[in-house]
Amino acid sequence: MFKILKKEYLTSGIFLMDVEAPKVAKAAEPGQFLIVRVDEKGERIPLTICDYDKVAGTVTIVVQVVGLSTQLMDQLKVGDYFKSVAGPLGMPSELKEMSVEELHSKKIVFIAGGVGTAPVYAQVKWLHEQGIKADVIIGAKNASQLILVEAMRKVSGNIYIATDDGSAGFKGLVTNCLEDLVTNQHKQYDLAITIGPMIMMKFLSELTRKLNLKTIASLNTLMVDGTGMCGACRVTVGGVTRFACVEGPEFDAHQVNFDEAMRRQTMYRTEERSQNALTPDHICRLDKIVERRNK
Amino acid sequence: MKKTPRTPVRELAPSYRITNFEEVSLGYNGEEAMLEASRCLECKKPMCVDGCPVSISIPNFIHHIKAGDFKSAAEVIAQASALPAVCGRVCPQETQCEGRCILGVKQEPVSIGKLERFIGDWSRENDITPETTITPNGLKVAVIGSGPAGLACAGDLARMGYEVTIFEALHKPGGVLEYGIPSFRLPKETVVRHEIGNIVKMGVKIENNVVIGRTLTIDQLFNEEAFNAVFIGSGAGLPKFMGIPGENLNGVQSSNEFLTRTNLMEAHHDDTDTPLKLGKVVAVIGGGNVAMDAARTARRLGAEVHIVYRRSKAELPARAEEVHHAVEEGIIFDILTNPIEIIGHESGWVKSLKCVKMELGEPDASGRRAPQVIAGSEFTLDVETVIMALGTSPNPLITSTTKGLELNRRRCILIEEETGRTSRDGVYAGGDAVTGAATVILAMGAGRKAAKAIDQFLKNQAIE
Ligand SMILES: Cc1cc2nc3c(=O)[nH]c(=O)nc-3n(C[C@H](O)[C@H](O)[C@H](O)COP(=O)(O)OP(=O)(O)OC[C@H]3O[C@@H](n4cnc5c(N)ncnc54)[C@H](O)[C@@H]3O)c2cc1C
Ligand code: FES
Repeated sequence: MFKILKKEYLTSGIFLMDVEAPKVAKAAEPGQFLIVRVDEKGERIPLTICDYDKVAGTVTIVVQVVGLSTQLMDQLKVGDYFKSVAGPLGMPSELKEMSVEELHSKKIVFIAGGVGTAPVYAQVKWLHEQGIKADVIIGAKNASQLILVEAMRKVSGNIYIATDDGSAGFKGLVTNCLEDLVTNQHKQYDLAITIGPMIMMKFLSELTRKLNLKTIASLNTLMVDGTGMCGACRVTVGGVTRFACVEGPEFDAHQVNFDEAMRRQTMYRTEERSQNALTPDHICRLDKIVERRNK
Repeated sequence: MKKTPRTPVRELAPSYRITNFEEVSLGYNGEEAMLEASRCLECKKPMCVDGCPVSISIPNFIHHIKAGDFKSAAEVIAQASALPAVCGRVCPQETQCEGRCILGVKQEPVSIGKLERFIGDWSRENDITPETTITPNGLKVAVIGSGPAGLACAGDLARMGYEVTIFEALHKPGGVLEYGIPSFRLPKETVVRHEIGNIVKMGVKIENNVVIGRTLTIDQLFNEEAFNAVFIGSGAGLPKFMGIPGENLNGVQSSNEFLTRTNLMEAHHDDTDTPLKLGKVVAVIGGGNVAMDAARTARRLGAEVHIVYRRSKAELPARAEEVHHAVEEGIIFDILTNPIEIIGHESGWVKSLKCVKMELGEPDASGRRAPQVIAGSEFTLDVETVIMALGTSPNPLITSTTKGLELNRRRCILIEEETGRTSRDGVYAGGDAVTGAATVILAMGAGRKAAKAIDQFLKNQAIE
């Protein structure tokens, strides 16, 4: 089980994989995530489910190579196996709770940033299957970092691209783009759903609060077990501590304490390492580990 | 009556053991075991058996040890427990079998736990697997959770001929035995995995990475996977926090997180990927066994460790042996101390713990003397890591996704005491999921009780 059936690079640093995991695929719903382990020594890596094929028994994940574990994942090829895949975890998207009539009555806009475009695709596609077309804003640093634009076009309503350098679409941030749509182009939305870097979601949520637009954010917190056992994933929402892995990952963005969430997310980044840390530097071990994997 | 002192058990020296995760207690060898066994009076009405939640025929197995017939001793234990090397190590014998031993009135009780452990270890080292002949009966039972409750229930049902599948959320089986209790008290590779292996040898299938309530629901287990009965042994894994300011600062974690990183993920080993960050000074909040385990683990990773506990030493809920080992290892006990706030650096990392001093007031309704704050006693303790070991409660993942499963006020699954039967037909439960955090042996006892009741239930169903 957990065989990799397909691997495709969406950009030089972002790849997509179809993984055999029939039980997970069968139960998966938009908004949920899974946890993979690369091998016996691997950590438990949470990844949002980007697509699933209940008939073929596969799930699709999209991964941006950022650190040790994603580099190790990148070494896996078609035909290789993950040591384990557990899921689906977390609560399905709030959209799942609404009736089709209710969904039809709402104008929904998705705001995707970077690799967050992939899980947004899962939800937009699901809405499309219910006969609903949502608008989507996709943001990236530049044109070469954009992913899944064509696939998204097939299942969405209007698509807006925003790049920092203007190499594709709107020049600027997704927040500027949404503000422009609402204030200048008089677009009306009832619900915004955002998945992307924490900092982007933070500023987006500040904007939509001003616009009085209900917003849901999917939080990619640190996690260990993903079943509610450790509390590594805790976030403050509306002043209350919540476990993102079981009560989330989606929360009312206007209630989320993003500053705390961003700070907690950096806990294991090398540059943030406390001077007094006793444990060996994680990234320094990379060479050794890569050597182990190549054996 | 001749008084023979208890045979002492060899232990690693504290100065050595704080440098590694080797098992602290070395256990008896054959000679020591026989010597200790010779102290047993083999009472006609053995009180020790009453004290054992799974009713091991204690004088009987000790009788065989006396004669040096370890194989027969193993067979006696196997009738009641599939995890002797585990239980011999982690059971609170002082309040169970050994607490009832008649020798204990005038002198020290027989070291029943150490003898049980010896037999468990001896069986493993000599490759003795208790013989069982199993006749399959064609009925399927699903067990949720591979902790002691689930393992005991699965083992018994397999022996009766049921086709048993354990569904476990994590990637390794064992529950708390694997992710909670550290290897210096309970070695994983040798002891835990071997005894789980014995249960697998009886035909029990373990499916890891299946989260019931998410991957599959209990209804699906019946309707789609054709199970005839379900046992819930999902434990009490939900960590508690204090609710004081600063609890979400970087460097504050639950004992479950810390122990899962070190035990399950082996984060302290260089060749594993899971990260671990521990400061030079660590405060562990709480006074139970879990707090001792977290403190002793942090000590082994090189930290100066403080146990911060709001009552006095006499009230520490941890086993005396654990406290003794912790003291030997240089853990600092800040008793009658209660944290009221965690203070952070500008960076968001923990800087210190603001505490107040406590004193014990008049006994409350439960007879325990309630701790009260001493006015004006506020002080700060400079620490870099804070580990919350305040207890756990059952995880709502299953109960919130299963209709008709009744809970009590503490969100534990409600059962009929004698059978483990829940409010859902064909669904049984036991262990920490029912009692809240308790012990390995109580969980095993509950699993065995439920196995018997499930057998009865399915036999009755067959007759109807
Ligand atoms: C650090 C620590 C030290 C301890 N020390 C001792 C000791 O020395 N002596 C002692 O007697 N007791 C000790 N205990 C308590 C003891 O470990 C527990 O009482 C006992 O393990 C409970 O057994 P259980 O089978 O009910 O649950 P657990 O051991 O908690 O096992 C439950 C299992 O179910 C799995 N699970 C949960 N939800 C799901 C789901 N939805 N789907 C699938 N699987 C699921 C979990 O992943 C877990 O593996 C200690 C506990 C801790 C945390
Ligand atoms: S990841 Fe452990 S509780 Fe959420």
